Amino acid sequence: MTTLLASAGAALPVLTSLAETGRTSTGEEVLFWCLAPVMVIAALGLVFARRTVYAAMSVVLVMICLAVLYVAQEAPFLGVVQVIVYTGAVMMLFLFVLMLVGVDAADTFTDALGAHRWISAVLGVGLGAVLVSVVLTAADLAPSGLAAANADGNPVGVARIVFGDFVVTLEVVGILLVTAAVGAIVLTHRERLVRRVRQRERADARVAAGETLTPLPAPGVYARSNAMDVAALGPGGRPLEHSVPRVLRVRGQERSVGEVHAHLGPEAVGSTPPERAITGEEQVR
Amino acid sequence: MRVLLAAAEGQGAVAAADFSQDTWWIVLVKAVGIIVFLLLSVLFAIWFERKVVGRMQIRPGPNVHGPFGIFQSMADAMKLLFKEDVMVSTAHRLVYVLAPMISVFCSLLVFAVIPFGPAVTMFGVTTPLQLTDFPVAVLYILAAAALGVYGIVLGGWSSGSTYPLLGAVRSTAQVISYELGMGLSLVSVFILAGSMSTSQIVASQAEIWWFLPLLPAFCLYIISMVGETNRLPFDLPEAEGELVSGYMTEYSSMKFAWFFLAEYINMLNVSAVATTLFLGGWRAPWPLSAIGDGMLNTGWWPVLWFLVKLWALMFFFVWVRGTLVRFRYDQFMRFGWKVLIPVGLGWVVAVAVVQGVRQFTDVELRTLLWILAGVAAVATVAMFVIPEQPKAEPEPAKDEGPFDPFAGGYPVPPLPGQTLPPSPRRRRAPTSPADDAPAGAIEQGPVTTAEEEPRG
Repeated sequence: MTTLLASAGAALPVLTSLAETGRTSTGEEVLFWCLAPVMVIAALGLVFARRTVYAAMSVVLVMICLAVLYVAQEAPFLGVVQVIVYTGAVMMLFLFVLMLVGVDAADTFTDALGAHRWISAVLGVGLGAVLVSVVLTAADLAPSGLAAANADGNPVGVARIVFGDFVVTLEVVGILLVTAAVGAIVLTHRERLVRRVRQRERADARVAAGETLTPLPAPGVYARSNAMDVAALGPGGRPLEHSVPRVLRVRGQERSVGEVHAHLGPEAVGSTPPERAITGEEQVR
Repeated sequence: MRVLLAAAEGQGAVAAADFSQDTWWIVLVKAVGIIVFLLLSVLFAIWFERKVVGRMQIRPGPNVHGPFGIFQSMADAMKLLFKEDVMVSTAHRLVYVLAPMISVFCSLLVFAVIPFGPAVTMFGVTTPLQLTDFPVAVLYILAAAALGVYGIVLGGWSSGSTYPLLGAVRSTAQVISYELGMGLSLVSVFILAGSMSTSQIVASQAEIWWFLPLLPAFCLYIISMVGETNRLPFDLPEAEGELVSGYMTEYSSMKFAWFFLAEYINMLNVSAVATTLFLGGWRAPWPLSAIGDGMLNTGWWPVLWFLVKLWALMFFFVWVRGTLVRFRYDQFMRFGWKVLIPVGLGWVVAVAVVQGVRQFTDVELRTLLWILAGVAAVATVAMFVIPEQPKAEPEPAKDEGPFDPFAGGYPVPPLPGQTLPPSPRRRRAPTSPADDAPAGAIEQGPVTTAEEEPRG
């Protein structure tokens, strides 16, 4: 934490200055003071956002800012992997679930666990106190060992630690994750009791039942009404009732062809007579 | 384990691009150059795609504005700019406006680490033709791609409408399943090149381009890059026949143009990554690379080779679009999880084992390749010798009985082994003796053919 606060923020060219002097440069300070308020506001947004999707977005914002700070701390591998794994995969899964649950599903604000809120408050205050005391008691802010750790490049340094010093831990965590995945599969697995109905069986059933095989006819489109609520006319001139969407029919919102047809006076019946005679026998205007 | 890493490091120690001479204005020139290049390429790509698809469908394509219709995309862009910008009343305003910008912003990030060429002299400064590079550059590309999907997902969600939401949900699922396959295909390149920096990967391909030794990984990448850009046959988030336009259904005018721009820049991005990681980057192809002691690999020449490879891949995109039809959703998911990811995992393990053998034993590469060829030959022979297992679920026995023209309730052709009964119309008496011969011949012809070769 101390290192983070002390050396937060740096553009790539000024990276080395920190390891040499233990002091932040101007660029680092500017970066930190730009990102830190954003992160704090986004973190508060997670707590106070009314919509779950906005809360998830706040977490994404915090993660991205955190990744930038990691990169500025000369840990580019950690920063980039943070974005790929947490922002790109984990939060995406969260969003997936949120969207499946429903866009406008009302969030319940009633507290299911009464003591829960108090316990979290106490723990939160305790954590804050620990962090603040660590920052205040830190005497030497100069980082040590950064140059040695990144001597062969940052990914190589990380690989040495993860696959060298902590290889057993890594394997144990891997086994734990695999167990969790297998557990999820076992819990959600369902024996198939009946034969699976596929596209082919559905098509066969539809044919056997004598249903319409083609798409349903589109609703009628006329000069005075191009709406969904008027039935189309079949080849015989009769309205096809099933061309109107079922919902409209159930609600009784469809209109008959008679309601939309043009009302023409007696003078309009038949074709308009021509202005001059062509054969000499017809009426002229 | 330390020995392995040290050995891998020693083997992959190729020089990274040197940016030490760069001044702030050189960086600015390169950044602006990349943006201009991308925007012009998108204009060209739209025309290119419409023209090529047109030729594949035997029609001329755009041919009115300018020579060969090349200004068609300008006209399209102007039209989009001047259309009415509809703000949907049920939309979540902030996210709705922000989503297309996220898409475009993230798609612009990728080209920062793509090397266009080796070091050149630009305005008196020697600098690599690449904006920047760092040890995890390829992972940075993956991260930018992962963030870009938020534009699609949030755009679909914030529209407050059914089809966009379905498109967004599909897009999420697609990303989660296909980015795994893509990442696995890139891992084998990292193992062989010994680095994740783009300039070092290009430098490591001086002898052989990685698509040859890593052909399965290359195929995996090509498949998943099409999925990554939401193009046919993987364009389920915007499937026109099912979801109107998916996540961009409620977008119009400039906001729609942002999405459109992002999609085409993403095509350029994934093509550039494939070029850099598998096709030698800016290196000249083999016969040309031998000319004049490699002079075509120096100076500004490499930009040409890079662009040729990039646009070959863009042509491939258009070709795929003109050839294949969309997957059904369950087929698409099954393909991603049950084919791409297992194949990718298996291939990474195989490459790692071979590379481990090379590091820890004194087996020469030539010997190792012979051994691998022997294993492959034995496996091929075994595949021919071992009899095929009978299928667990035998197909239903063929109906050898009489042909039922309405089997299952609707008219069907005869199955193999069945014969078409003679047409009832044949029994009709000829109207007159004079008509008999020709009419009989005409009717006889097709019927006898059908009897001899039953259609299946």
